[in-house]
Amino acid sequence: MQNKTITESLIASNGWMPKAASTFAPNIDGLFNFILYGSILLFVGILIVTALFIIKYRKRPGYSPPSGPHITHNTFLELAWTVPPLILTIFIFYWGFTGFLDMAVAPKNSLDISVTGKKWMWQFEYKNGTKTLGEIVVPVNTPVSLIMSSEDVIHSFYVPNFRIKRDVIPNRYTKQWFEATRTGTFQIFCTEYCGDGHSQMLGVIRVVSADDYEKWLANAGSADDGLPPEKLGEKLYTSKGCVACHSVDGTNKIGPTWKGLFGKTRAYAGGSTVADENYIKESIENPTAKVVTGYQPVMPSFKGLLNDKEIAGVIAYIKTLK
Amino acid sequence: MKITEPHKEHIVAHHFANSKHEFDSARLGMWIFLVTEVLFFGALFVAYAFLRWSYPEIFVEAHHILSWKMGALNTAILIFSSFTMVMAIRSAQLNQRLKTSLYLITTMICAFGFLVVKFFEYSAKIHHGYLPAKYFVAHGASEYLHLFFGLYFTMTGLHGIHVLVGIGLIIWLLLRNRKGHFYSNYYTPLEMVGLYWHFVDLVWIFLFPLFYLVG
Amino acid sequence: MSESVPGTNYINAVSGIKSWLTTLDHKRIGIMYLLFIAISFGLGGFFALALRLELLNPGQLIVSAKQYNQLFTLHGAVMVFLFIVPSIPASLGNFLLPIQLGAKDVAFPRLNLASLYLYVFGAAFCVYSMVSGAADTGWTFYTPYSSTTDTSVISMTLGAFILGFSSIFTGINFIVTVHKMRAPGMSWFKLPLFTWSLYATAIIQVLATPVLGITLLLLVVERLVGIGIFDPALGGDPVLFQHFFWFYSHPAVYIMILPAMGVMSELVTTFSKKNIFGYKMVAFSSIAIAVISFLVWGHHLYVSGQSDYADMIFSFLTYLVAIPSAVKVFNWIATLYNGEIELKAPFLYFIAFLFLFTIGGFTGIMLASLSLDVHLHDTYFVVAHFHYVMMGGTVMAFLGGIHYWWPKMFGKMYSEKAAVVAWFFIMAGFNMVFFTQFILGTKGMPRRYYSYLDQFQPLHAFSTVGTWVLTVGFLIMAFYLVESLLNGEPAGDNPWGSLGLEWTTQSPPITENFADTPHIIHGPYDYDKVKLS
Repeated sequence: MQNKTITESLIASNGWMPKAASTFAPNIDGLFNFILYGSILLFVGILIVTALFIIKYRKRPGYSPPSGPHITHNTFLELAWTVPPLILTIFIFYWGFTGFLDMAVAPKNSLDISVTGKKWMWQFEYKNGTKTLGEIVVPVNTPVSLIMSSEDVIHSFYVPNFRIKRDVIPNRYTKQWFEATRTGTFQIFCTEYCGDGHSQMLGVIRVVSADDYEKWLANAGSADDGLPPEKLGEKLYTSKGCVACHSVDGTNKIGPTWKGLFGKTRAYAGGSTVADENYIKESIENPTAKVVTGYQPVMPSFKGLLNDKEIAGVIAYIKTLK
Repeated sequence: MKITEPHKEHIVAHHFANSKHEFDSARLGMWIFLVTEVLFFGALFVAYAFLRWSYPEIFVEAHHILSWKMGALNTAILIFSSFTMVMAIRSAQLNQRLKTSLYLITTMICAFGFLVVKFFEYSAKIHHGYLPAKYFVAHGASEYLHLFFGLYFTMTGLHGIHVLVGIGLIIWLLLRNRKGHFYSNYYTPLEMVGLYWHFVDLVWIFLFPLFYLVG
Repeated sequence: MSESVPGTNYINAVSGIKSWLTTLDHKRIGIMYLLFIAISFGLGGFFALALRLELLNPGQLIVSAKQYNQLFTLHGAVMVFLFIVPSIPASLGNFLLPIQLGAKDVAFPRLNLASLYLYVFGAAFCVYSMVSGAADTGWTFYTPYSSTTDTSVISMTLGAFILGFSSIFTGINFIVTVHKMRAPGMSWFKLPLFTWSLYATAIIQVLATPVLGITLLLLVVERLVGIGIFDPALGGDPVLFQHFFWFYSHPAVYIMILPAMGVMSELVTTFSKKNIFGYKMVAFSSIAIAVISFLVWGHHLYVSGQSDYADMIFSFLTYLVAIPSAVKVFNWIATLYNGEIELKAPFLYFIAFLFLFTIGGFTGIMLASLSLDVHLHDTYFVVAHFHYVMMGGTVMAFLGGIHYWWPKMFGKMYSEKAAVVAWFFIMAGFNMVFFTQFILGTKGMPRRYYSYLDQFQPLHAFSTVGTWVLTVGFLIMAFYLVESLLNGEPAGDNPWGSLGLEWTTQSPPITENFADTPHIIHGPYDYDKVKLS
């Protein structure tokens, strides 16, 4: 299905939270557990007392409640259930507040990477000019500072394994830093509703060793040299975000399906054309030139975001989808 | 003629104990309604404060584009109309039905006058293209001048709608006064509309300096 | 006024649909509200069933992505604006407030009727939006998506704007009624706690709703002429919208919960025949919640890009508002001590609220924390939290109130057995749907997602099945309640043996509520001082 997971599973982890992968996680998970188990304790306490009262004081033959004025006041009890909870909540506030301060201020030597969110994909740009789409590679055990902005509506950059999240706003920069503590491939979600492709605005964050990172950066992110074109295209289908709008199983979504696309005649406002290699390349680089009838001109241009080899790979892949 | 006919005796609604109970309840209700109006316009004043803090230059520039003389004229008109409104209530308290009507009519003329002045102001702005973003075609030095005018039209427009509603309420009072509903023992609707009218006046007294004078 | 003719009550006093549509009787108005509110709940519930059905598996099942987005928008908008905000105050509140005060009607009966008409008028706008390209912005209408999307946003926001005025007028009416319409002897501290809660709610309605009105108006103007205040492309600030929106919408959730807490106080005292523990604390905590509720809106904006200082202040204040709610829970439990408890249907809903709202509250403690909220914000955890407090809290109390005051409103009883069966289905179904969503949220599942990663499918499917169990419960309830209206056992004036003033009237009450103006001697919970014959 179009949601084949290529990242580490979020579900399969010990405990409630996804498997931790950043320096923020222990503090946050600790706080979560504290509140969780504290709440369970209190909840069970409330459950037991209430159940006891209902059973003990239920109306039944032979039972009559004690006579005399009802107890409507007890200073000790009232203080006991106001002051300790207040102290507890202030303590919890403080714990959350200090953790948050830590997350708010990036260390001085952080690696800066800029993030652009737009419907419905994530673009990343490194200091040396390397641009990637849908996938960000970072070195392990190194503070990374994301400087983020949106090109259209509000998005939100969320990596559950790192416990980080920050809204990505148009016309403004927001920042979030992190330090990954182990290598692996982790899920990025967009988590501020942004329209039809919101749930498909996924991304991948790959944490690699410092050496591998340097190698990757030097190659400007071309780690796909060995792949045959149609396999490269299949990989790019997910990693570059085409999956957000195009299916491969025949379902027409925001964009037309790729299944059976190659060689088909496509009708658009100015005429019609056959979907051949040139048409596909044009649609990738200048998508609003020939918008097929029945679809909206919402596809962003990938010019400069896919090199010629990658475009050839996508074309090859589409050809395999009969 | 209406003044010679006796007034219509007011019947207190069945769920109130007496006339004073009814009047006190109406007055409390109207004050609470005005509090909601304060919050209604207050939110817009917060937007104004935010915009001013973000782009002080657009307020300086716009200050020269708006006509403070017309604004001042409108301020004088409204303040005077508040006075005539109070006089209308006073006349009813003194069983002077004709004077009540005359003061109400004067208030209404003032309200119309206010709207006429606003009409001329708006026409001038529209003519020169000082309109909210989509329609802003004027030449302004500040990049975001359209934001000022967006807020200007929204706030003064909303205020203008309140003036229009006020005119409607005054017409209603005139009709009821003709039928002899208001006299020394019952003038609640006059008092309620009076409170509303003073509020409308007060909003303008804030709008005027904030849009026309501060620069 | 008229003598109480046996058999005459507010329902049969005057007949014909015109008499209902032009009524000034608060009880008739309350019943009409109840009907519309029930219809709204059904409509909002239908949207929920549809969207959860789509989520049975990650692929497309019954709707496209855009349609799904419209479904969750409509579910939220209908449930918030058409159902839950008016729910208890407009139906039960309208019916009971004057009677609990010993009055003949609310202070402004014509304004009350106007509120009802505004409600219907606003609802019509919302329905128009639904059929003309329903909004797909989420009920929160965040800009710039909401100012640029091509769906029917203006009609939906205008609908909500009009509904806001219905709410404001009800609030004004209730405040003046409580101040000015109390019977002789009814001092502030002899008021039932339901009345106190309606009063506190009315304060919020009056102060918060106008701000929503302006916010929605600005959004409409933004879409129509592009004033640019929220649009970054024109120099505006989208986060400003969030501040304006949540300045109302946070206090709004206290509009939803305070009347429910008032109902809880009525249920616990009547069904344990005990005076409430800590009357003043419960009464004042309602006012405290109302006041503090205005100071915490920023906890919806921790990761929005607002300043860190603002984040800290809002988090701290949010913890403060939790304390009065906790105090109420402890007061209710303490009331049970040495009582004489009857496990009737209304009391079952008291129990449901007690546990479900507490879970909702504890998860609120998690969300209020700055660092933890970063992970949980905008995930299913938040969805589960607010459903636990709004549905597990307000709706359960609302149902408890309906079952409690049903015999008073209609003079008929419903089947206790059927009520218990429905309660089990509702409890089981509710927890199936929403507890699962806590787990989904902690695992990182974002909200408002049309499709999702395969690994989340089992949990989503389980949650969806829960909605069917819930629906069975509500269908059973609808059935036995309608049945009670047609064939129910006649209920006496005071089937529960309560000391509340409303139970001294006829069931159903006469139009004037009381044959003679009551003189209040004892409080509504003086079970140790007053013995009912």
